[in-house]
Amino acid sequence: MATALETGVTTSRASRETEVPVGVGLAASMRPSPAVAAPYQRLADRDRGSGGESTADFLGYFSLGLGLAEFLMPTVMARVVGIRNPDDRNRSTVRLMGLREIGHGIAILSNQQPTTAVWSRVAGDALDLALLGGVLADPENDRGRALLGIANVAAVTALDVSTAQQLSRQPRTQANAGVQAGIVRTMRSITVQRPVSEVYAFWHNFENLPRFMRHLESVTVIDERRSHWIAKAPAGKSVEWDAETIEDRADEIISWRSLPGADVYNAGTVRFMPAPGGRGTEVRVELEYKPPLGKLGSKVAMLFREEPGQQVHDDLRHFKQVMEFGEILVSDATKQRGPHPAQPDERPVEL
Amino acid sequence: MKATCWMGPGKMQVREVPDPMILNQQDCIVKVTSTAICGSDLHLYNGFLPLMEPGDIMGHEFMGEVVDVGRDVRNVRVGDRVVVPFPIACGQCGPCRAGAYSVCENSNPNAYIAEKMLGHSPSGIFGYSHLTGGFAGGQAEYVRVPFADVGPLKVSDGLTDDQVLFLSDILPTGYMGAEMCNIQPGDTIAVWGCGPVGLFAIASAYLLGAEKVIAIDRFPYRLQMARERAGAITINYEEVDSVPDVLSRT
Repeated sequence: MATALETGVTTSRASRETEVPVGVGLAASMRPSPAVAAPYQRLADRDRGSGGESTADFLGYFSLGLGLAEFLMPTVMARVVGIRNPDDRNRSTVRLMGLREIGHGIAILSNQQPTTAVWSRVAGDALDLALLGGVLADPENDRGRALLGIANVAAVTALDVSTAQQLSRQPRTQANAGVQAGIVRTMRSITVQRPVSEVYAFWHNFENLPRFMRHLESVTVIDERRSHWIAKAPAGKSVEWDAETIEDRADEIISWRSLPGADVYNAGTVRFMPAPGGRGTEVRVELEYKPPLGKLGSKVAMLFREEPGQQVHDDLRHFKQVMEFGEILVSDATKQRGPHPAQPDERPVEL
Repeated sequence: MKATCWMGPGKMQVREVPDPMILNQQDCIVKVTSTAICGSDLHLYNGFLPLMEPGDIMGHEFMGEVVDVGRDVRNVRVGDRVVVPFPIACGQCGPCRAGAYSVCENSNPNAYIAEKMLGHSPSGIFGYSHLTGGFAGGQAEYVRVPFADVGPLKVSDGLTDDQVLFLSDILPTGYMGAEMCNIQPGDTIAVWGCGPVGLFAIASAYLLGAEKVIAIDRFPYRLQMARERAGAITINYEEVDSVPDVLSRT
């Protein structure tokens, strides 16, 4: 009986061209040479975050959620851990723990590397375990629920400890430089089906950028090195800055930095590389900026898709569309910001 | 114009809505002459898909006459009769150039949502929730069709609507199922399910060289259609003890 490998269904274009039977492992002689793979490996290495930050964020949101539940529903939460008839003293204790949890959450979400905040969670867990021990000891309470509560807190404690340890061990690398100063970094890339020279030339003329960066109101080129930028900010405001081009190598890289006096500090690099297989250009943007309302403010902005990291993501998609077919594609539901049914209407397109 | 709008799970209404307009210069506007309901519309009807909004126009299988074109359209003209496929494709990105139109990288304005949920976004699709772009669908009098040079298939006047409408979705779907079997002349093929897609799969299997096609279902009217319209040998799985046994004897 023919196996899948022998029915002649060739799935690999390479195998069709080089007569290699499907299912044979790639011998060392057929793998790409280290010289070819090296630039991509370097990019992959730089993409590694500083570690522990996303678990810490999760713990931050978890703290907020738990804290709100404890503060707003103390009777329910007391029953959940086994207190059969919660009295006023029980409820006040739960509420206080709720406030403490909310504090942890805000502390974690306000800091890029919230090492101290996560260690403080561990201290809070110790307090929780002590209180739950008291609940368990009282024969009037539900033993089963108290034990379950202790087990859950113990599990979260383990997570807190491991996250705090991971954060404490962070080396000073390029990936987390500037973190203490409250600078957020973001990296995104996209492949565009156009030659590198065309892509570089389009980006290099900064006055083209508002065509695909919808949060930019205008860019005015002052001279070879300097330009003036105006961007839309939340709540109908706008922010302005002067920027200086630090590095500019044709068909390779453009690097800029905002000048002192900017409303929002930002700096970044755009790299242009030929995509593998001769299929267009890889555009890679690295952006760092200082959110005016700190990390917490940037988390709120994320809810509205206004956070610069998300905007870079969206702008790169729009850039690809403008380069590949000249316009940003809209649909009936997306031609305006905000929820809108998928139905034509008479309103103008407003990206 | 009138259009069938989703107003909530289990609630469809024909409502009066504004006519569509050219929004991008590669669009065309099609006046719909025939439109079909797809089995997958049931997922939207039953409220199983997230990101539907009351007022969304349904429908992704339609055909008609081009009544307006954008400035940059080259391949279709006003007056052309076209069948419009349900995926929207730009024709320029990597996947489109490789023929993988259903994962076009440019045609879903809400790609960031789909990418978060699925890992990679599909192409935009007419009338199939905001997850695939929030495009108004084809169960309406007029439809705005993006990328008019890529999708719409011109048909001659010699073919009736009924003969070509299913090129928009279910005929290629059934055909793709048959194609994936890598049918060699003389093969025996079994098709599970005799709904519309199954019937097209049966027909496609014969087209691709199968000698014998066996169709399996439980609804007598579907089995009858499979026998009479598609020429399959049928098995009603509720009437036999073991389908594999019957298959090995057929």
